[in-house]
Amino acid sequence: MKRIITCTVQDRGGVLNRITGMFYKRQFNIESITVGVSEIEGLSKMTFVVEISDDQKLEQLTKQLNKQIDVIKVSDITDKAIVARELALVKVNAGNQSRAEIQGIITPFRGTVIDVSKDTLTIQVTGKSDKVDALISLLKPYGIKEISRTGVTALLRGQQSSQQVVEVNSFPV
Amino acid sequence: MKAVAKQEVQLKEELGTGADLLIKALVDAKVEKVFGYPGGAVLPIYDAMFRHEFPFEHILFRHEQGTIHAAEGYARVTGKPGVVIATSGPGATNLITGITDAMMDSLPLVIFTGQVGQSVIGTDAFQEADVMGLTTPITKYNYQVQNIADLPRIVNEAFHIATTGRPGPVLIDIPKNISAGATDGEYDNSFEVPGYQPTVNPNPMQIRKLANALSQSKKPVLLAGAGVTIADASDELTAFAEKYQLPVVNTLLGLGSFPGSHPLSLGMGGMHGTYTANMAIYEADLLINIGARFDDRLTGKISSFAPEAKVAHIDIDPAEIGKNITTEIPVVADAKRALLALLNGELNGPDNKEWLEKLEANKKEYPLWYDHSDELISPQWLIEQIHQASKGEAIVATDVGQHQMWAAQFYHFNKPHNWITSGGLGTMGFGLPAAIGAQIGRPDDTVISILGDGGVQMTIQELAVMNDLNLPVKVFIVNNEALGMVRQWQEKFHGERYSSSLLTKNPDFLKIAEGYGIRGIKVDKEKDVPAVLEDIFSYDGPVVVDCRISWKEKVFPMIAPGKGINEMIGVTR
Repeated sequence: MKRIITCTVQDRGGVLNRITGMFYKRQFNIESITVGVSEIEGLSKMTFVVEISDDQKLEQLTKQLNKQIDVIKVSDITDKAIVARELALVKVNAGNQSRAEIQGIITPFRGTVIDVSKDTLTIQVTGKSDKVDALISLLKPYGIKEISRTGVTALLRGQQSSQQVVEVNSFPV
Repeated sequence: MKAVAKQEVQLKEELGTGADLLIKALVDAKVEKVFGYPGGAVLPIYDAMFRHEFPFEHILFRHEQGTIHAAEGYARVTGKPGVVIATSGPGATNLITGITDAMMDSLPLVIFTGQVGQSVIGTDAFQEADVMGLTTPITKYNYQVQNIADLPRIVNEAFHIATTGRPGPVLIDIPKNISAGATDGEYDNSFEVPGYQPTVNPNPMQIRKLANALSQSKKPVLLAGAGVTIADASDELTAFAEKYQLPVVNTLLGLGSFPGSHPLSLGMGGMHGTYTANMAIYEADLLINIGARFDDRLTGKISSFAPEAKVAHIDIDPAEIGKNITTEIPVVADAKRALLALLNGELNGPDNKEWLEKLEANKKEYPLWYDHSDELISPQWLIEQIHQASKGEAIVATDVGQHQMWAAQFYHFNKPHNWITSGGLGTMGFGLPAAIGAQIGRPDDTVISILGDGGVQMTIQELAVMNDLNLPVKVFIVNNEALGMVRQWQEKFHGERYSSSLLTKNPDFLKIAEGYGIRGIKVDKEKDVPAVLEDIFSYDGPVVVDCRISWKEKVFPMIAPGKGINEMIGVTR
């Protein structure tokens, strides 16, 4: 099962290395990872998408993350009401004939053309991962030259703050 | 060696450089001993120690590996953090084994490594190594100091992290320009670690659940690990076991946390544990693990480990709970506080009279056994003799392998903090420097190092430190001219193909001892052993005893790799 796990960490040197090293050491497979500043100075937010086989492994992962000195909070938000987005840049072959056709494909996805060359278009699309996947598969027949994806970043919807998420280091009683 | 009363330390010099700040920070952390080895990148630190006339004792080892194992031994027997200083590059990389060992066995260490100057970090400078990258997976935490003014805070924080929660090694990498650079005279060591707040008090609900499970249990077993010793909870454990008549199995690292000669002790569990201990775990209906981590050498095949039991696990590290064994009752807490909560709670004791009778019968029927060797010394008997001659009160340090298992089986530890062994990592070369560190930490106690003829050669240079400080460590080389445990596995599981495991051209250990200015004695007949032991235990200096045993000796009973805890071989003759 795919899980989205967010992690608030102290912005200290080596923190990313320490955390990804733990994933590697404990045999967890990171599908995507995004890191950026948070709303509080000195704290960063990491969002991981991880493929995990069972609940026991999931519990172990969240515990190992919590154990890191630099980690302030860990939340598994997969089953919460969330907004999750990623951004993709796709460079696709596009001669004179296919340009209009490609424009027609990307419009329903709210994709935009951000660069044009003689033979290519570069398209930017934002959305849930499956939407990005769908657009990419539609563009494939034209010949994709390059893809760059950011990986998922996510927030809880509306009024919920991440404080309300079940703290994964506490135990069910 | 007598302990000298410590007076309030006054620093001799102004805090002019980063190294001076470091010295003050170590004094503030109440450091008494530092295990170290100098080198280019730590010259400013060594100079500052000298200028301040050594406000703590610095012990020079002969290899960085020696410093860190000594610090581990020191930490194990004193409960205080072991402090290590080594230089950059090779100095730091020589510490790697010891840091990993301390991480596995939860030993509090604070390690300082020199680093090349900040202006050349990343240029493959002379004696540069990526110490942060190398040590990140094997430390509880690590720092590279970026600003001189941060040093006091980082040192203070490092001692806090190393010694609280589940203890572990913390490393501080100090670029040379930081230790040599001028300060602005400020000294601020206040810190905050918002991401690190170990849970020490047990959740009362979980304690109640545990108490209920205990009341209903017919076949309860306590499993006591090193966490009991680290939490200084041996008295509470003993009181709890006695109050409800609960049998106790110790892990290898937990030996001594419950008195080995206590009627409720079932001895050690696991691969070379007692039949009684392992079958108690196998048949138990309630297993209460206190401060052990369900290591694979304890559990054997997971599906055969405590298959009938409800499992409760008290541990200060939540990540250990449920890691290897499915746990019904998790208790995240300091072992002492959890045991006190259980002792103070209202609880009907279990009805386990039949269970205790059964275990008692097992103990009588299937004790640990050995045969006397025809010509050479039988190693198990030797350990028993050492136990007697040292009145069972010595601190014992070992390496890893056959001698370690014999020591664990036959030196019945009755007190905590007296057993130093490399459990998790299984490090050869650990026992000699660890014993030296222990003797430095507890100068008035008898310290014994039981080693193999293989492991002793990995750190034998540290005999120089024993001679230098006249440390009365008694070193026993259990010499079978083989890498005994490797050879035993080759005999049992690899068709007696002794591939690179026989040490038939060993050096003359007596001459080596003599070369280091240490008394050496060779003993190869059982009849000579008592006199030798009497002699060396009344001798106030270091001794190396080369004890000859047959290479055919094996450690029994045992659980073969991949087998269950109920499938021991060699239980009886």
